[in-house]
Amino acid sequence: MEAKIGFRNTKSAIFKGVIVFFAFLITVPLIIILGYIIKQGIFQVNWHFLTNVPAPVGETGGGIANALLGSFIMVMVAAVIAIPIGMAAGIYLSENPKTKLAYYSGLCVDILQGVPSIVVGIVVYFWVVKPLGTFSALSGSLALAIMMLPIVIRSTEQTLRLLPDSLKEAALSLGVPYHRVILKVIVPCGFAGILSGIMLSIARIIGETAPLLFTAFGNPYLSTSLTKPMESLPHLIFTYATSPYDDWHNLAWGASFILLMFVLILNIVTKLLTRKWKVQL
Amino acid sequence: MENKRLKLSNEQLKWETIFRRILIAMSILLVLIILGVLATLIVESMPSIKSLGIGFLWGKIWDPVSNVYGAYPFLVGTLLTSFIALIISVPFSYAIAIYLGEYNPKGWLSDLLKNAIELIAAVPSIIYGFWGLFVLVPIIRTFEMSIHVAPYGIGVFTSSLILAVMIIPYGASLGITLIRMVPSHLKEGAYALGATRFEVIRNVIMPYTRSGLFAGVLLSLGRALGETMAVTMLIGNTSAVADTLKNAIFGPGNTMASVIANEFTEADHTQYLSALIELGLVLFFVTVIINLIGKRIITKFTND
Repeated sequence: MEAKIGFRNTKSAIFKGVIVFFAFLITVPLIIILGYIIKQGIFQVNWHFLTNVPAPVGETGGGIANALLGSFIMVMVAAVIAIPIGMAAGIYLSENPKTKLAYYSGLCVDILQGVPSIVVGIVVYFWVVKPLGTFSALSGSLALAIMMLPIVIRSTEQTLRLLPDSLKEAALSLGVPYHRVILKVIVPCGFAGILSGIMLSIARIIGETAPLLFTAFGNPYLSTSLTKPMESLPHLIFTYATSPYDDWHNLAWGASFILLMFVLILNIVTKLLTRKWKVQL
Repeated sequence: MENKRLKLSNEQLKWETIFRRILIAMSILLVLIILGVLATLIVESMPSIKSLGIGFLWGKIWDPVSNVYGAYPFLVGTLLTSFIALIISVPFSYAIAIYLGEYNPKGWLSDLLKNAIELIAAVPSIIYGFWGLFVLVPIIRTFEMSIHVAPYGIGVFTSSLILAVMIIPYGASLGITLIRMVPSHLKEGAYALGATRFEVIRNVIMPYTRSGLFAGVLLSLGRALGETMAVTMLIGNTSAVADTLKNAIFGPGNTMASVIANEFTEADHTQYLSALIELGLVLFFVTVIINLIGKRIITKFTND
């Protein structure tokens, strides 16, 4: 009996060792990848890099100003489209969880979350690019907005559902009309949760390449027109990473570094926000 | 005075109705987006569905130049990359789930690991692809030389490795939540009977969370099937079917998503384009069904 318990304890200890090993092994590729991107990218970044458009093949120098501006514009437009729609749908879902419409639109949110981003690209191509006859920043923004919607909706819905009913009841009993209760009491109370959902969704779409391939396409020049093709950070990385030129690879490393920093900062700020307001996502 | 108050409330009532209607309209819009996506995919792939029929799915040759389209190479490529990635990632996501759910749910070390996993999910797939192309590919090439297969470097195996890293967080973070939901009286009961920690995990926690952990695997699979950029950069993009399993795993290939990404903008005639869109339609159905089953299992699990 003595030996048996010893054996069982050893087995338990070995199992723990295996679990700890596998659990921490995952940090190895992460550290290697992040380290490599930072090492390759950080020395590319300077003022010239941030304020110039890419140089043609054969010339050194050049920067990623077109992609920075393009990503900024497209993500902003996508946010302007997706945030109001997403918040409205999220409020509806949290306020009327039992209706038939809530069931179907909830189902659609789940579906939308699972749709591969490349499929969103195809569909927006037929919705916007083909009728307009040209690749455009607007179509890129629309594709990104569709990618953004499920996260905004779910974070709004879940945050608002956590708020106590007494808040709403107190406001309603004072004679405040329903829309003011929602907009002035409920939404501000859940603001941190909604905001962190929005930031997470922005962090996600800023790195999306696949939906932009057939929509915003790419543009080697600085462009602010929503109806023309526009470059974006991930698309620039894709084009230049798969090119055969070393200068272009360096440009892509620099762009990867910047993109990674954006994503990291957005994630960290979101984390601080959720911690400060004790939101659960 | 009385009149004015009445008027105000009418005004308020009007806004209230408008507000409610906006909420409803936006929820309907969501349903319309999904229906629109489905309709667009079906309508645009009609030419291909009509002329090729169901045989499209197992046609082995994809040759746009001679106008022959078969999805078989891409189905195989997609399934192969996803399943290899899944097999590699499952031990890791289960280990993370057990470690953070059971062994070490609180404290700085657990926070650190949890943040690392969230970071893995946050890194854009294009960055994984770029890194893989310049760092992983040479390593795999050396490895392939040492096991005597054609040293392409790029290919199905390389894509699967990167995919495995990318999908670990999806299974893991769900697993953590589920394992923490195991009622402590069950675990305490087992401990009281003299069970070791390993026995509690194997005989109490695992059976209790089995369906939920399986849902996590399904969600990771859904991710892997639809992943585009990293795979497109690493898989080598050839539409030929490999002759042996070894060549299929270590040689270049193509997935549904990667062939769409590569060929969509150069598809110059209707037949070609609609064949690509039909691939998108298949991809849409497969990922949506897998995701919905996974979500359904989780909802059932958390409600029970």
